[in-house]
Amino acid sequence: MRSVRAVAVLSAATLGLGVGLGVRGQAAKGPINLGLIVPETGPLAANGKDMVNALQLFLEQQQNKLAGRPVNLIIEDDAGVPATGLTKARSLIDGNRIHVLVGPLSAAVGYAIAPFVTEKKFPTLFPIVSSEDITQRKRSQYIVRTGWTSAQPSHPFGKYAHDTLRYKRIAMIGYDFSFGWEVAAGFQRTFEDAGGQIVQKLWSPLGTADYGPYLAQLRRDVDAIYAIFSGADALRFAKQYADAGLKGKLPLIGGGTFTDEHVLRTMGDESLGIVTSLHYSAALDTPANKKFVQAYQAKFGQLPSYYSEGTYVSCLALSAALESTGGDVEDREKLIAALRKVDLSNAPRGPIRIDQYGNPVENEYIRKVEKVNGRLQNTVIHTFPMVSQFWTYKPEDFLKNPVYGRDFPPCKNCGK
Amino acid sequence: MEFWLTQAFNGISYGAMLFLLGSGLSLVFGVMRIVNLAHGSYFLLGGYVGLTTVSRTKSFPLALLSGALSVALIGLGMERLFLRRLSRQSLPQVLMTMGFALVFQDLGLLVWGGDPYTLAVPAFLAQSVQAGPVFVQFYRLFIIAVAFAVGIVLWVFLERTRAGASIRATVDDAEMAQGVGINVPLVSAGVFALGAFLAALGGVVGAGFIGVYPGLDFEVLPYAFVVVIVGGLGSLPGVVVGSLLVGLLDNFGKALFPELSYFTLFAPMALILALKPTGLFGKR
Repeated sequence: MRSVRAVAVLSAATLGLGVGLGVRGQAAKGPINLGLIVPETGPLAANGKDMVNALQLFLEQQQNKLAGRPVNLIIEDDAGVPATGLTKARSLIDGNRIHVLVGPLSAAVGYAIAPFVTEKKFPTLFPIVSSEDITQRKRSQYIVRTGWTSAQPSHPFGKYAHDTLRYKRIAMIGYDFSFGWEVAAGFQRTFEDAGGQIVQKLWSPLGTADYGPYLAQLRRDVDAIYAIFSGADALRFAKQYADAGLKGKLPLIGGGTFTDEHVLRTMGDESLGIVTSLHYSAALDTPANKKFVQAYQAKFGQLPSYYSEGTYVSCLALSAALESTGGDVEDREKLIAALRKVDLSNAPRGPIRIDQYGNPVENEYIRKVEKVNGRLQNTVIHTFPMVSQFWTYKPEDFLKNPVYGRDFPPCKNCGK
Repeated sequence: MEFWLTQAFNGISYGAMLFLLGSGLSLVFGVMRIVNLAHGSYFLLGGYVGLTTVSRTKSFPLALLSGALSVALIGLGMERLFLRRLSRQSLPQVLMTMGFALVFQDLGLLVWGGDPYTLAVPAFLAQSVQAGPVFVQFYRLFIIAVAFAVGIVLWVFLERTRAGASIRATVDDAEMAQGVGINVPLVSAGVFALGAFLAALGGVVGAGFIGVYPGLDFEVLPYAFVVVIVGGLGSLPGVVVGSLLVGLLDNFGKALFPELSYFTLFAPMALILALKPTGLFGKR
């Protein structure tokens, strides 16, 4: 028995040596230190947990090794606060504690960290932050996004809402900060390009407890209401929309985070029938996604959200980049160049490749909330393949416009 | 007309929830001069306990009771074991309640996770009817009814019972009350528990309407303070008027000038305080 084991160990060692030689002398190098900045406390903690879960699942599946090197994961809590996030990034990077940074979740923290990692020329992956300018007008050579831009799923949806859903007039309501403005603006632009009219845009602050005053103001002479919220606000808005007797009278559509799995988990039947667009749905019927969802569900007892999947894909991207550099994380320029060339055929969300601005080109899904086997899910009803952050517009022309905001594109049909 | 009626109804029902939240804060301040920054946490914890009760027993009345009582016990413990040691030292007290608020926040996250929830309310409360031009949601009516009942009970208790008289005496002059034989520490403990009870009751009721989620505690806290400061610290009629005023202002402000929703809420408050620094019904 003992001799058998000895032989096994010996052959494993030889095999390891062979692999090591194959990737050009890795033997001397220690572990890869991977830094993750997420909110583990505060209002965004649940979403941060989804990100940590996905990362841990991935590392477990890889036996804690990337390109043959063991991985040392360091998680820092930013509490969703920009100043805290920046402090944590400084500590991780200036303290030479990590080789590559993944995170954060909040757009505000993302904007706080971006100039710093650029100045440090530090390879950074943004799995969730969707602020347009991170990969557009204020892009950084050192940040690769594996998530999305806010308006990326909105562009095809605007066209779809007009051409397929046959809506002509829509009233919008959403978060009164850049994320809400950007998601809504992308939809408005293509919806109006196609011939539709946005006749109202209402903005409510983050954490609005009572949507009563807004619901009473929403115009009724429209074909649908478009809403962009997430988390507790999405839960409340959907419920109060139904409570106010609007469900069934006015179709509700919206941005993908409105019914993403992170909030769909605790939503009730009031969310049935809501149509949204996003680059992911846990109900996506592909082998790669089913495998991911199954593994995630088995380990954590719940469906992955787009926060989970986004982080998982950033791991896939990192893994692919490391394979191509032979596990070399010490050479930052080489690593970031490899990250920018990532081309994944088999991510849970489908194929993705990184464009020259550092943002993924990926499928966008039109999803409808349905109940299957007693559980709510985002059933994919249409797929727009390989959508760029610029949709069908020329990048140069797109970038000449100001970034999407509260007043851009202007609401020329508001009040009509 | 429909607009005004609907918004007034919305505003009053929101004000009713604010009354449940604010009345406890005002009582506690009146008797003990404690600015309790953990008051929003009671609202949150009450909601969470109610949520767990409903998911275990499916009983909404039981949720109201268990949420309010368990948090009242927590409040009692806080007062007896901690705040009492800092009696009449307002800064250390404020710091301690802030510390508790942070502890409760993380505790909520640890026990209930960070996902947002809404409380499943009984089917008959989830209905709504079209009454003339106005769309009446039963749950909003229910909130108004609860606040009304609580208001009446509180009023009778404070004005018509011996215990209530002791509380009023303590509000007016704690030293004098002590001098005539009122057990002020006991009154304080009771009032603190009652304050926590009311906030938690508001939390369970609110959970069926605005939900429970991490961060709710610090979202409702400023509203509670606005209500109490506008109405006058330590005055029950003040809380009634303050909560109605804030509920209506918040609603009409958001409906008429959505861009200025914070301004329309806080500008009248600043005006009231400039003209009457003690609040509408405050004594000093």
